[in-house]
Amino acid sequence: MIPFAREYAISITDLEYSYPDGTKALRGVDLKIRRNETVAIMGPNGAGKSTLALHFNGILTGSSGKVEVMGIEVNKKNMRKVRDIVGLVFQDPDDQLFSPTVREDVAFGPLNQRLSPERVDHAVSRALAWVGMEGSEQRSPHHMSFGEKKRISVATVLAMDPEVLVMDEPVANMDPRGRRAFLELIKVLEGTKIIVTHDLGMARELCDRVVLMDKGLIVADGRPSATLSDEVLLEKHGLI
Amino acid sequence: MRHDFIDRYSRLESPVHALDPRAKAIALFAVIIACVTTPANVWWPYAIYAALVLIIANASRLPFSYLLTRMLVVAPFVLVVAVCVPFMHGAGPTYDLGVFSVTQGGLLVLWNVAAKALISVSCLILLSSTTEFADLMHGFERLHVPQFFTTVAAFMYRYIFIIIDEAERMKRARDSRNFRGRWLWHIKVIGHMVASLFLRSQERAERVYQAMSARGFDGSFPRWKETHMHAPDWAFMGIITATALAGRLVVLWK
Repeated sequence: MIPFAREYAISITDLEYSYPDGTKALRGVDLKIRRNETVAIMGPNGAGKSTLALHFNGILTGSSGKVEVMGIEVNKKNMRKVRDIVGLVFQDPDDQLFSPTVREDVAFGPLNQRLSPERVDHAVSRALAWVGMEGSEQRSPHHMSFGEKKRISVATVLAMDPEVLVMDEPVANMDPRGRRAFLELIKVLEGTKIIVTHDLGMARELCDRVVLMDKGLIVADGRPSATLSDEVLLEKHGLI
Repeated sequence: MRHDFIDRYSRLESPVHALDPRAKAIALFAVIIACVTTPANVWWPYAIYAALVLIIANASRLPFSYLLTRMLVVAPFVLVVAVCVPFMHGAGPTYDLGVFSVTQGGLLVLWNVAAKALISVSCLILLSSTTEFADLMHGFERLHVPQFFTTVAAFMYRYIFIIIDEAERMKRARDSRNFRGRWLWHIKVIGHMVASLFLRSQERAERVYQAMSARGFDGSFPRWKETHMHAPDWAFMGIITATALAGRLVVLWK
């Protein structure tokens, strides 16, 4: 049996966060995400979705409250372990991809995990195969199309073999074909998946659960079939 | 938007492209150092340096038109010196050119600047056009150039085009609202654009750093690419460096 603490991939208790200018972004968030769940975090602009996502692996740490990842508390001491477990794909691939070649970018995470050169090479080719970008190792990310960059961004995180994959607006700005292909890609990935999005269709298709946020609070949490058919709720929180 | 990368011909195939970046860097820097330290009043060492540059350029199969265009970057500097020549009082005979006159000393200064600038810049163009930027940075790191410099250069190479894109988008949005930045009072608008570009870049830097931290970055860049110098690399480095230094040393002895 799984020990109780490890039943949840992410466990957040009473998390508060204010930006340096004093804006309250999170006002007491409680959220538990089970292992292997696929969860959509939805809400209007400025609801605190991305801020919450940045707490999952300690990029931001709240002014009060507790975040646990696979039963490990997120703090300075556990940071390396936490970032091995939680992979974060940022919204803008140009923020994620900073290296002159794809290969270096995908290898960046595994190298930070201090893997041996052979295992780094293996992780790079495996991650690129997962996202359907085999053979692009020597290309420069800047020369790529938006969809390709997005795939490489996911590969840079998958190469670290995370147990929890967090994606911020994975299909925003994508053309319909690119979006479709990307949904298929996310569908086959294993593990816990957390998707921050405005895309109702994607939430319906991929997720077991929808967490709705507004003004720094969770306002609804349930199955997509229930939450996303409540038009009054959706309208109130700016999703339709 | 598409841009010309400084290393856009770096994926050609030629004997020069195949060389180890370290060999190229050392050899070409040797030529530069020999060249800029050579006194201007002897001309034949410059012929040696120019010959070396031409031989390497020819072997690199880079289009000459491309090399010439890139070399134009030195034109403004040479031009500034050229304009100043009539005002310089150097040694030697004076040549009367109608409205103004030039001295031999002044011409020597012009020759000095032009020759050294052209040869040095050609060396750098050859280095950056025959080596992929990433390999060049790795090469510099292997030569113990501090990682701080190579990292800053690598980030600049990666992000300069994104910043140019952003500036271009801002300019388009501005021009579609009928802006014509011709007069002095428009300088305020341009100032705002520069400031907003700076802020955007800073915010991006913040996000890039977050994305790097999320992948376990702790301040030191891991390395894993190992390359080795082979016989052709040693030969290239040895011959070019020796020829350039020989030209320089003979002048010294005379």
